Amino acid sequence: MTATSDTGIGTGTTSTPGTAAVPPPGPPNDMTAHQKKRLRVRLGHRRLLTRRDRITLGLMAGVPTILHVALVWLTALASIALAFTTWDGIGFDSITWVGLQNFRELFTSNPQFWPAVEHNVIWFVVLILIPTPFGLFLAVQLDKKIRFSRVYQTAFFLPVVVSMAVIGFVWQLVYNPDTGLINSLIGANEPGHYIDWIGDPDLNLWAILIAASWRHTGYMMILYLAGLKGVDPSLREATALDGANEWQTFKNVIFPTLRPTNTVVLVVTIIEALRAFDLVFVFNKGAQGTELLSILVTNNIIGESSRIGYGSAIAVVLLVISLAVIIPYLIATFRKERRA
Amino acid sequence: MHYPSLGWPMPAPSRRTVLRGVGGAAVLGAGMPLLSACAGSGTAADPKTVTLGSNASDAVPKKAFAEIYAAFKKQSGITVDVNTKDHNTFQEQINSYLQGTPDDVFNWFAGYRMQFFAGKGLASPIDDVWQTIGGNFPDAMKALSKGADGKYYFVPISTSLWGVFYRKSVFQQYGYEVPTTWDQLVALCKQMKKDKLVPLAFGDKDAWPALGTFDQINFRTNGYDFHVELMAGKASWTDAKVRKTFDHWAEILPYHQDGAVGRTWQDAAQTLVSKKAGMYLFGSFVAQQFTNQADLDDLDFFAFPEIDPAYGQDTVEAPTDGFMLSKAPKNKASAVKLLEFLGTPEAEQIYLKSDPSLVAASNKADTSSYTALQKKAYATISGAKHLTQFMDRDSRPDFTSTVMQPALQKFVRDPKGVDSLLASIERQKKTIFASS
Repeated sequence: MTATSDTGIGTGTTSTPGTAAVPPPGPPNDMTAHQKKRLRVRLGHRRLLTRRDRITLGLMAGVPTILHVALVWLTALASIALAFTTWDGIGFDSITWVGLQNFRELFTSNPQFWPAVEHNVIWFVVLILIPTPFGLFLAVQLDKKIRFSRVYQTAFFLPVVVSMAVIGFVWQLVYNPDTGLINSLIGANEPGHYIDWIGDPDLNLWAILIAASWRHTGYMMILYLAGLKGVDPSLREATALDGANEWQTFKNVIFPTLRPTNTVVLVVTIIEALRAFDLVFVFNKGAQGTELLSILVTNNIIGESSRIGYGSAIAVVLLVISLAVIIPYLIATFRKERRA
Repeated sequence: MHYPSLGWPMPAPSRRTVLRGVGGAAVLGAGMPLLSACAGSGTAADPKTVTLGSNASDAVPKKAFAEIYAAFKKQSGITVDVNTKDHNTFQEQINSYLQGTPDDVFNWFAGYRMQFFAGKGLASPIDDVWQTIGGNFPDAMKALSKGADGKYYFVPISTSLWGVFYRKSVFQQYGYEVPTTWDQLVALCKQMKKDKLVPLAFGDKDAWPALGTFDQINFRTNGYDFHVELMAGKASWTDAKVRKTFDHWAEILPYHQDGAVGRTWQDAAQTLVSKKAGMYLFGSFVAQQFTNQADLDDLDFFAFPEIDPAYGQDTVEAPTDGFMLSKAPKNKASAVKLLEFLGTPEAEQIYLKSDPSLVAASNKADTSSYTALQKKAYATISGAKHLTQFMDRDSRPDFTSTVMQPALQKFVRDPKGVDSLLASIERQKKTIFASS
């Protein structure tokens, strides 16, 4: 998404604005003061855009564009091309075209692929169903200007400031089956009634999702808090005058006005679910029960004898899923802008 | 990707921190090798300097190697310019590193992993070096140092050893005997369970320790030759022989520590240190977890018990580390001199003085300063008929990391669905070994 907007700006600014619109400078004798002022502005424009300025502008817009195209678009396209090959990463002559074989193998014989897709979906569903409403709830409470509001805000927002990897380390200490907080408290680190939070595939995904939700709640809270600050106070007054209770006010007035925020929240949550990686990688490297597409890509591409073609095929699947989500969003957004 | 750093295991955070960066880039980028190939730069070809890419980033081996290079300089007047990289990062970037501008000499591992890069033309053969140092090594080590083309590519320096580790005091306290056969091992496990001990400590969170368990049971059940064929992708994973290996494993799995997939090997080792566990099938570097000298003196091991009398205990898993020469060294003459020096017993002794959890690869090295544990490890290795490396060094690393590691974690968690698991391994193996 950032990609398209960046290139848009990039190509747009390379042309020098204002040069074509300047009329031939006539004799300034019969001009009003206003016209004189406008002319000065125009001449100023002209003077500002010397050859050097144009080069500077060209570089400022061009260099990021080139970097962007080379590092984002070319690599993405290269990934797509490589998805139809096998390549161990050694020398370009070892790239072999294999057509759809990587995908066939991925869909039929990779035991981790479908769990990974499923987990990415679960990740999204859980984030949208649990921390998002909870974040909204907290935001509504904090918006009431209760006492110590700032303290609560800080407490809930703190996890968002911390890097995902650090969160992974912290929660590992909580979940460690032998010495972790939970098992030590409830005595579940003894043989016989042992709870393996990190290794048990029925538990570990949910354990990680709690950590992810812990962070996501704060994130959502801040977004909704910003949205709530934008709600016109006169609306509240009007509902109060009409005698609506708190729930009715929220349901019928406040929530509908949060529509733009909801869109942002939805997009942010989808992105969070698709890019989920660091937390899991730190937690148990995407072992049994916590497989994710991003981790499969990494596992196949990084290493001493990499399966770059195969890893790229997984990356392409991730890309397709991302596009399937992003394109409808962009279409909807642009349509709205055009209407406005 | 995350291969066991058998020689000197790294603390996890550093690897993860680095990987995060690399991993993020790889999701989008199609691993452009040239971008990341910014390794050591031996720009000026100074005839008195050899550059060396080192994965010895841990304090103990780093210091040990520095002492070797100092001794080399004293002897030859040639400086070794060491470019040290984090141990696991070195492994992850080895591909692009060797294709870029690698150092003249670099640290690497014996076995398939060495042969792979030799086969790709990313290392120079060093038969001339071996003419000088050949007498210092037993035949098993010579075989380990050769590429698939029969030329030498590798100078071994140190070896760790896999066995069943235990505490002498615990065995004394309960009157246990060291088991030499499978039945004795199973009986001992039962007894330990009765005595409220965890019979076999186990931690497979990093996914590679289970590979070692498989290796032991497989070459004891089916012999060295079959194990090698299986690792090379020639034998089938659906073979009844492999099934038998897993049956044996399933038999002792209930005696393993609960919840292995959630536990690191370090935590598992701690249960042996604290005498809660009776035994631990692991590499000799488990000794690094015994920080108290009295505990370390109490540590002992035995070779994995015999399963099939036809093979006895003839095979020992002994992953070996050493050095290779890059494809186009800037200062070949000096690099050869360095490799010759590294192949001498003196160099190994300097190393082992600083890192007593390993043993020398050379049979000429002076063993008099060895600890009792090192002496026993040395004796076990020199008495072995066959040496294996470790599954991810004996087979394609892409196969072991993307297929075997998750598969064995699955088996350890739920040993029931073996047949479908093996069928899945075989299916994936075929495509991986068919490519390139």
